[in-house]
Amino acid sequence: MKIDASKPLEYSTEENSNKIFGFWVFLGAEIPLFATLFTVYFVMVNRFANGPSGKELFEIGPVLIETFLLLTSSFTIGLAIHAMRHGYKKAMMFFMGITLLMGLGFIGIEIDEFFTYVHEGATLQTSGFLSSLFVLLGTHGAHVSFGFLWGAGIMIQLWRQGITPATANKAFIFSLFWHFLDVVWIFIFSFVYLKGLM
Amino acid sequence: MDLDKFKVHGEPLIYGAMVSIALATIGILVGLTYFKKWGYLWREWLTTVDHKKIGVMYILAALLMLFRGGVDAMMMRLQTAAPEMKFLDAQHYNEVFTTHGLIMILFMAMPFIIGLMNVIIPLQIGARDVAFPRLNAVSFWLFFMGAMLLNISFVIGGSPDAGWSAYFPLASLEFSPTVGNNYYSLALQISGIGTLITGVNFIVTILKMRAPGMTLMKMPMFTWSVLITNVIIVFAFPVLTVALALMMFDRLFGSQFFTMANGGMDMLWANLFWVWGHPEVYIVILPAFGIYSEIIATFSKKNLYGYTSMVFSMVIISLLSFLVWAHHFYTMGQGVMVNSFFSITTMAIAVPTGVKIFNWLFTLRKGRITFTTPMLYTLAFIPIFTIGGVTGVMLAMASADYQYHNTMFLVAHFHYVLIPGAVFAVIAGFHYWFPKVFGFRLNERLGKHAFWWIIISFNVTFFPLFFLGLMGMTRRMYTYSEESGFGPLNMLSFAGAVGLAIGFVILVYNIYWSTRYMPRDTTSDPWDGRTLEWATPSPIPAYNFAIVPNVKTRDAFWAAKQDNVPLFEDKITKIHLPNNTGKPFILGVIFFFLGFFLVFSMWIPAIVAGVGVIIMLAAMSFDRDHGFYVPAEEVIATEKKLRGETV
Repeated sequence: MKIDASKPLEYSTEENSNKIFGFWVFLGAEIPLFATLFTVYFVMVNRFANGPSGKELFEIGPVLIETFLLLTSSFTIGLAIHAMRHGYKKAMMFFMGITLLMGLGFIGIEIDEFFTYVHEGATLQTSGFLSSLFVLLGTHGAHVSFGFLWGAGIMIQLWRQGITPATANKAFIFSLFWHFLDVVWIFIFSFVYLKGLM
Repeated sequence: MDLDKFKVHGEPLIYGAMVSIALATIGILVGLTYFKKWGYLWREWLTTVDHKKIGVMYILAALLMLFRGGVDAMMMRLQTAAPEMKFLDAQHYNEVFTTHGLIMILFMAMPFIIGLMNVIIPLQIGARDVAFPRLNAVSFWLFFMGAMLLNISFVIGGSPDAGWSAYFPLASLEFSPTVGNNYYSLALQISGIGTLITGVNFIVTILKMRAPGMTLMKMPMFTWSVLITNVIIVFAFPVLTVALALMMFDRLFGSQFFTMANGGMDMLWANLFWVWGHPEVYIVILPAFGIYSEIIATFSKKNLYGYTSMVFSMVIISLLSFLVWAHHFYTMGQGVMVNSFFSITTMAIAVPTGVKIFNWLFTLRKGRITFTTPMLYTLAFIPIFTIGGVTGVMLAMASADYQYHNTMFLVAHFHYVLIPGAVFAVIAGFHYWFPKVFGFRLNERLGKHAFWWIIISFNVTFFPLFFLGLMGMTRRMYTYSEESGFGPLNMLSFAGAVGLAIGFVILVYNIYWSTRYMPRDTTSDPWDGRTLEWATPSPIPAYNFAIVPNVKTRDAFWAAKQDNVPLFEDKITKIHLPNNTGKPFILGVIFFFLGFFLVFSMWIPAIVAGVGVIIMLAAMSFDRDHGFYVPAEEVIATEKKLRGETV
């Protein structure tokens, strides 16, 4: 495998740069996926049947903490990649660890939120609005959960193998994924929660 | 757990199918053991990451599915051949037309095209491999396991029965209480993920791995068509993913997306389905246009006329394909403005398509045409597809559509588009590229026999349906009365279907005959080809090109032959190749079981399988397999042997 020293480690082989480009194409597919889910949500947003509306259900407190955690974690994964570019393995591991812990915190709050909703009688089966809400939030949450497992796997490989073209490539692609989840969350926060609370 | 759910009751035909499936399976297992082929199967096929072998497996699976879908078609035509037939009951007929549509489009046409694409694209662009060989194997096994999951449905639990478009509320738990539509949502989901991965893989392959000098506007037309197709796949398949997931939630977990009460909206399904479904039509047809462009140029000995306009017309078709979905439900109450918009966008597609038709005709003009089997299919495609296109414009007029909506006219129209547009194309491509992959041609005489049977019978089968539609015969009707007067034309159509079946039997016999008796091809360029795939030896070595070609013009191989433009200028060096891996196959098998357990709501096994999927993904991530190098001396020896020189 030829390594091109003039490029950052994660781009340094042909295979690596193809993988990064391929992941961008995959993110291109994730956009219509979430766009479709948002569309379904906006179609369903006033179809409450006998269930509660968003205004009755949403609480701003936990959502603000979720937003804080996810936005900060997007910053820390950036720091991790910054550390990677400088070859600081420990700093990189530290920031990735922080990122994943914040992701875990996010998932915890979301699960708690779902339990609260169900406890208040707002279930997946209650109304079209709630079905679309749970599936939109759940798909994002499933992505974060998957990201947690994926990131943990990459951290183990980093720990064992150090910063190599292969592990740098994986970590960089993971960071793209994580930033993407953050962008999706901004849309959820603005157009689901804030708009719902208005 | 209720074992009764697995049983399918009361149909002698289905019991017959069960017995034949069991016998075939036992036969295959005994055969593999007797001839000691298990190791060969595992090493050479199940674990392969070679794009050519993956392509061949796609095509084999597609031929198998062509048989399955063809048997469904025969049963339908037999059931409607005469008034008041008692061959199938209404439920069985519903299942048969549903699986016929699903299988022919998703598990026959598309995989056949993806198979050709897998074999040919890296060769046409002068690449050693696809961008992600292991991921390619994952794609194949997900597609294959999804197809198998759908296919076992008719012996275990019952097939989907709400039409291939599975409209709600018909497909809801309330009106389709069997597990059939659970199979629908999960089988399509699994194979759909495979297709999406293929889309990503081929976009990267085409954009990043072309031989030096091959700019975008020097790419062969088939490569162009595949690139555009894969862009459509990447943007359309996520919509299907969501639609199928919502369907699964509605059917398995009682959510309210497409229900008739509690805020659900059945039209949401129709919209989501066709936002994917209409681009899907172009996913199967654009590569066919690419195949025809290659064949017409090769067998007319001329450059393709209007290359640039060909490319732009495909780009425009791909954009318009996303703007026409509501023409599938003009009559479902969406108002004049919406119908007008979709009517205009739909008719607009005729313009770029017409450009392509004229380009093909101008390529033929003053060409030195040779009438080989692939060329015959191509020439037959042009008028037949045009009939399909013209009736398509008839259907595109929203007001007129109120007359023939959901009649046999529509059925005739889309068979007139899809069969010449996709099936003839893959058969033509199959004959055309067969010698490249296997090193010998298919017999031309048998090929032409099959061609005439297929072309004539196709028209006998589907032309009467236009008239039946205009007479008022609706589609999906399992029987009709004598007084309706539909009998004679339906009988004619059945006779055509028998002819089509004979044509396909001759085609398959041709494969068998040619494998045994056709002389092996030593030139590796049997058709005097134009594009780079003909520059490698046949059969193709694992590394494709011993030396990466330097491309200077369009149709680089033709230029190299005609004008002595050097194609291979570098020296032979060692070549890097990936190792085989069994993990994609195992992942596919686990996905199959995950799907199966979800279909029957067996939650604990499903969770176990889900964990299995995650473990396999982690195992693939932790794999530190860097492949291997083929030494330069070995490459030189292989090349000499394949080109018939003595070492």
